[in-house]
Amino acid sequence: MAYDYDKSIRPGKLPHIWCPGCGHGIVMKGLIRAMDTCELDRKNTAIVSGIGCASRLPGYLDACTLHTAHGRGAAFATGVKMAKPEMTVICCGGDGDGTAIGGNHFIHACRRNIDMTYVLMNNFIYGMTGGQFSPCTPTGAIASTTPYGNPDQVFDISKLAIGAGATFVARTTAAHPREIDKLIAQGIKHKGMSIIEVLDDCPTTYGRRNKFRSVIDMMKHLKANSVSVKAAPKMTAEQLEGKFLTGVLFEDTEKPEYCEQYANVIKKAQSA
Amino acid sequence: MSGARLEIIERNCKGCSICVEFCPKDVLEMDVFLVTAPRPEDCIKCMQCELLCPDFAIKVHDE
Repeated sequence: MAYDYDKSIRPGKLPHIWCPGCGHGIVMKGLIRAMDTCELDRKNTAIVSGIGCASRLPGYLDACTLHTAHGRGAAFATGVKMAKPEMTVICCGGDGDGTAIGGNHFIHACRRNIDMTYVLMNNFIYGMTGGQFSPCTPTGAIASTTPYGNPDQVFDISKLAIGAGATFVARTTAAHPREIDKLIAQGIKHKGMSIIEVLDDCPTTYGRRNKFRSVIDMMKHLKANSVSVKAAPKMTAEQLEGKFLTGVLFEDTEKPEYCEQYANVIKKAQSA
Repeated sequence: MSGARLEIIERNCKGCSICVEFCPKDVLEMDVFLVTAPRPEDCIKCMQCELLCPDFAIKVHDE
């Protein structure tokens, strides 16, 4: 009955460093379940990350893991996949790591449609460095660098990924744990760039500055404001105001995958 | 309903109380900074506590 997570975690690594109530632990559990669903061979699975709270995730998992430079998770993961196309590559990161510091690498990995699964944990803030605002911090929210409210507009990561050319884009929240592993498993099985955006809670640097009295408030907020893509067409524009859609937002199985394209280039060059 | 055996790994629990809040049957309780399971016989094995625990600190065993 109880799920055996211990076999997937490096011995002696728990308890992890994340704060009490941080959703990254929920996402890590989802990732472990998804990897088991897809029956991934740990010796043939690379989990790559950049820098940040979310990027600490691969350090706990018993697989081939790579903890790289800030924002460069997608770039290193592309390298791993190009060198060893038979490997399953999973990239993890946060919103600041993926869309601000590594925004360039993120959009170009999407554009190439390389076979990779990017689990992007969007907790609306730079947690590790002390709560600076990120491109995903809601307009008007208080961060340590925006004490009078954030004047910036927000990145919609899923729309950005679709626009940049990713072929599987899904969104869920940390308050929907069963959906996390279902979507990550779909992403792993999908051939091409899969983006799984998981809306997460950061009680320490985001919640306490933004009138969330506890982690429970944040989890309830995520639950109350998410709308399934299947339910959305029946709702009015007013009802959808301020809500985020969850589920599979975009899927394209036609677009060619980058490693295959590149193998064709190698063939052509060798026969020339 | 026979209930379940709830294993709490105290070393991992950070006392965030997510499991207590999302338990539909009020099986769990906070003991200051640690979760306890005073009413395991009420458990319906919905697994919400195990799925939502970010710290790998609670396991629901079939018993």
